[in-house]
Amino acid sequence: MSRFLQRLLGLSGPQPPHSAHGLAAEAGTAPTHVPHKDYEGAKTGMWLFLFTELLLFGGLFLVYAVYRQMYTHEFHAAARELSRVLGVANTFVLLTSSLTMVLSVTALQRGDRRSALNTLFWTLFLAGAFLVIKAFEWGVKFSHGLYPGSEQLRELPLGEGLFFGLYFVMTGLHGFHVIVGMILLAVVARRVQDGRVHSGDFVLLENAGLYWHLVDLIWIFLLPLFYLTN
Amino acid sequence: MSDTPGMAALPRSYLDPTGGGGLKSWIFSTDHKRVGLLYLCGITFFFLVAMLLGLTMRAELLAPGQQLVSPRVYNSLFTLHGVIMIFLFIIPAIPGVLGNFMLPLQLGAEDVAFPRLNLLSWWVYMAGAVLALLSLFGGGVMDTGWTFYAPYSIRSGSNVSLAVLAAFVLGFSSILTGLNFITTIHRMRAPGMSFFRMPLFVWGLYATSWIQVIATPVVGITLLLVVLERMLGIGFFDPARGGDPILYQHLFWIYSHPAVYVMILPGMGIISEILPTFARRTIFGYKAIALSSMAIAAVGYLVWGHHMFTAGMSDLSRVIFSLLTFLVAIPTGIKIFNWVATLYKGSIQLDSPMLWAMGFIFLFSIGGLTGLVNGALSTDIHVHDTAFIVGHFHYTMFGGAGIALFAGMHYWLPKIFGRRLFEKPAKWAFALVMVGFNTLYFPMLVMGIQGMPRRYHDYLPEFQPMHALSTVGSWIIATGILLMIWNLWRSARHGEPAGDNPWGGTTLEWQTTSPPPTLNFHGHVTVTKDPYDHGGHA
Repeated sequence: MSRFLQRLLGLSGPQPPHSAHGLAAEAGTAPTHVPHKDYEGAKTGMWLFLFTELLLFGGLFLVYAVYRQMYTHEFHAAARELSRVLGVANTFVLLTSSLTMVLSVTALQRGDRRSALNTLFWTLFLAGAFLVIKAFEWGVKFSHGLYPGSEQLRELPLGEGLFFGLYFVMTGLHGFHVIVGMILLAVVARRVQDGRVHSGDFVLLENAGLYWHLVDLIWIFLLPLFYLTN
Repeated sequence: MSDTPGMAALPRSYLDPTGGGGLKSWIFSTDHKRVGLLYLCGITFFFLVAMLLGLTMRAELLAPGQQLVSPRVYNSLFTLHGVIMIFLFIIPAIPGVLGNFMLPLQLGAEDVAFPRLNLLSWWVYMAGAVLALLSLFGGGVMDTGWTFYAPYSIRSGSNVSLAVLAAFVLGFSSILTGLNFITTIHRMRAPGMSFFRMPLFVWGLYATSWIQVIATPVVGITLLLVVLERMLGIGFFDPARGGDPILYQHLFWIYSHPAVYVMILPGMGIISEILPTFARRTIFGYKAIALSSMAIAAVGYLVWGHHMFTAGMSDLSRVIFSLLTFLVAIPTGIKIFNWVATLYKGSIQLDSPMLWAMGFIFLFSIGGLTGLVNGALSTDIHVHDTAFIVGHFHYTMFGGAGIALFAGMHYWLPKIFGRRLFEKPAKWAFALVMVGFNTLYFPMLVMGIQGMPRRYHDYLPEFQPMHALSTVGSWIIATGILLMIWNLWRSARHGEPAGDNPWGGTTLEWQTTSPPPTLNFHGHVTVTKDPYDHGGHA
């Protein structure tokens, strides 16, 4: 997983000389092979990846738009079930984590590894807090008999069932992205710690940051669509 | 352009065993050329499997009534044939095999931008393939058609979830390839290679990659919703719970129509490579061909509604979708006319790659023109869901993308394996495929207009002559394809040494040795000329 993420998020260029490259170099005529590191390329790849993530959620936003248009009234009624306080609290948590993420990148660029790590851990902590709040929120819904496929959900008016379906799918998929982001941040933290990501080569941290801001951005749209519609 | 040292001092080719050789040096290799050959193994296997399923269907349809298989099995056959051909063969085929192999070579680069991500794409492809195969066991083979239309895909008792999940995973592989290629094209071009000095195959891959990146995530989420729907009963596409099956169709085709351009655009790129080489002159209308690829990609994104003219849509949207569909014909026509103009006053050599390329133009033109029949609102009502549609898309997908892949394999085989083709069997195979193709698919066009529905296990007796003819065609084309594969295999192993540039090509891949060394070139590559500069001719 970590290797996959690392490849996905930066560090372009052929891998360090393995046997095949070694042989070519031994033959003597080929130019000595210097694994190149393309900062711009790594960022381009990351932005393209983020673009596909947006489109992935885009499909769900489209479904939301269609059903909200069809069942405006039911959507408003169902949204009353959601806790505005928890939604806003989570928004605050996630926005703060984006701030600590930025602070971490700038700290590393300045060469301040210690504070880069500190802020990175804060980001991880806040991400964890987000998930805890989310789990609590879902738990309350479950205890009220509101979960995908539940009897109670089936008895609700048609549009309200769809609202909760969208709520669980979209916040669930978002939550999954938070978890992936946390794994990613943990991997990067490890690399900052052992010095493989440093002030001269921080594209992995920066790309992880971009990913984290995307997670944040999507949440900013989920908040009004689900919690503030009633 | 690159200084070639004496033979003795040449670095070893990418095919030579490295680090003890063996399977591991292939399935864990990040060399784009080896990854390309890994894809070649995968797609050849799945092509043959799906071809066998197709032959079984044709045999069943030899006469009215039940011949070989029950209606239920027949439903599974056409579903599997479609799913395998689309998701496991034709979408990954040209980008995965020839794109991977040729893109860095044609750009004068050492590899793609993210070599390990490239290897990962292949692994994800194989994971998707394994999932698809697993879906064959337990719970009944899927029977929904390759489109997984709701609500049947939600209710079918067959093993739809795994198959849909497989398609989702394969989509992920496709996205990674697209992302990798776009970055490669932007960042890895050799010094001197401006965008308008890129070979047209690269332009085709570029347009393709954008579609892969832009369209695939939409079908990804849609397929995921089908799985969730089946497992959790969310109801998005289930009318009984307030959902809308038509919305599924929209979401599905938002990807799956652009996907047909994923299949055809790199194929068109291959044809644009072959024609100037065998006409010994520069391509006619280079910029027009390059930009028309981008135009097809852009407009092609906005025409998905034409799959749903009879599904329930406002008249206004139908008119708009129809108009946009017709617009796609313009850049396509630009390509065809430019290709034909390239041949004018060229000194044409009819080697096997050139024959395949001309076969492509012929078959694809039929496919494109029958597409306009479907794109027009009134005629579409008549031919919708008939064998005419089946004939049409086989002329475009197989006659287009499939034949282009064959053309490309013949053209680049000497580069990939360093061996010349055995020309005589290659030409026989071409003749058999062309005759078999038209015998197989043209009757479908005729039957469709006469009212033969698609996906039917049985039919009225008056359609029998046409069905029988079509089935005979399937035997001829299968013979031709097997002969071709055998000949390619034999040529790759026992052909005469090809030399660096057996066809007299002008693009960069012909400037290195055949097969190329691991790092592709024997020195630094700089580009000072246009890609199809044959010198002398205008």
